Amino acid sequence: MILIINICNEKLGYYEYVKPIESVLKNKSIKFFTRDYNKINKNDLKKADKVIICGTSLKDNGFVRDIAEFEWIKDYKKSILGICGGMQIIGLIFGGKLSKETEIGYYNENFNKEYLGLKDKQEVYHLHNNYVDFERLKKFEVFSGKKISQAVKYKNKEIYGVLFHPEVRQKDLIARFCSLGNG
Amino acid sequence: MKVGILFSGGKDSTYATYLAKKEGYEISCLISIVSENPESYMFHTPSIERVKEQAKVMDIPLVIVKTKGEKEKELKDLEIAIKKAIKDFGIEGIVSGAVESVYQASRIQKICNDLGLECFNPLWQKGQIELLEDLIRERFEIVLSGVFAYPFEEGWLGRKIDKNFVNDMKKMQEKFGISPSGEGGEFESLVLYCPLFKKKLKIIEKKEIGEKNSWRMEVKLK
Repeated sequence: MILIINICNEKLGYYEYVKPIESVLKNKSIKFFTRDYNKINKNDLKKADKVIICGTSLKDNGFVRDIAEFEWIKDYKKSILGICGGMQIIGLIFGGKLSKETEIGYYNENFNKEYLGLKDKQEVYHLHNNYVDFERLKKFEVFSGKKISQAVKYKNKEIYGVLFHPEVRQKDLIARFCSLGNG
Repeated sequence: MKVGILFSGGKDSTYATYLAKKEGYEISCLISIVSENPESYMFHTPSIERVKEQAKVMDIPLVIVKTKGEKEKELKDLEIAIKKAIKDFGIEGIVSGAVESVYQASRIQKICNDLGLECFNPLWQKGQIELLEDLIRERFEIVLSGVFAYPFEEGWLGRKIDKNFVNDMKKMQEKFGISPSGEGGEFESLVLYCPLFKKKLKIIEKKEIGEKNSWRMEVKLK
């Protein structure tokens, strides 16, 4: 069972950033439930096998103000995938800082090692004004991105973060994350 | 939040309008870019009169800006239209009916970001069959107003989007690779009724223009 976390404060954001992730899971017959970030309780985290923290729109950054709502990530033992804003949350929780850089549209990114099925050059969809420099966070390995970390993993935990939106061009990455550890 | 809708009068922008209203947004205006170029990368080419009638039955003000439809330059015209909507209606966000086109969506996102506006694409990445089924369930009355790919021909003009249509699209997707909701530009649609309309629109005059597999229908609505 996957817990999908909605970090949009704007209601229309759900349709654009959460529903496409739900659709990927539905199409793969993967069970999930969705919660708003400020309504998650201990039972939700217990019930979930894995967690996906979705992105949000360029102006909808209320999650930064509410970052304390995500303190549970520090001690969580199960797999987490943060997408765009979700990746920024993971970075902030582990001591990173937000920097400004706007990237909108398709960009080519190079993956120096295989990352949830992605390798070499990939065209990915970006939509962000901010990022966290994970190169400064020693507990993380950066798989793609020089100046701007695009795909990262916590070295000895199953915590992943991508700054791009895999729901547009890399739907398989989401499915691959969901099947981690399933043999 | 006050929003302006990028509106062509087709099924996607009308459904986006409906979702915005349903989620409690204040629809301050519709914004229509009327392109002189039928091959425009950004915009469908609605007739001004048609969009005016649709705006009238929704009782929503309409901002119309004309563009020659030249690639990238038409983005300037879109920006002019959005600035007008900010000035006249105080909009704080833009809603579009973009489904899969990164070309369209990313350009709208950039303009909104530069102008300090929220940008919403509530149909983004939506399954095409799911989209058609949603429209039928929500009681939208939609007809095809243009067809632009093999094996569509003149006889498809005016065809209603209903369950039979969805079944036919499933078959055409399999056989000819047609995008079931016309996302690849295979067809354009015209909304005659949706729950936001105060009355159903009727086609009182029509003229069919085209040849082979490329046909469009000019209509007068009432």
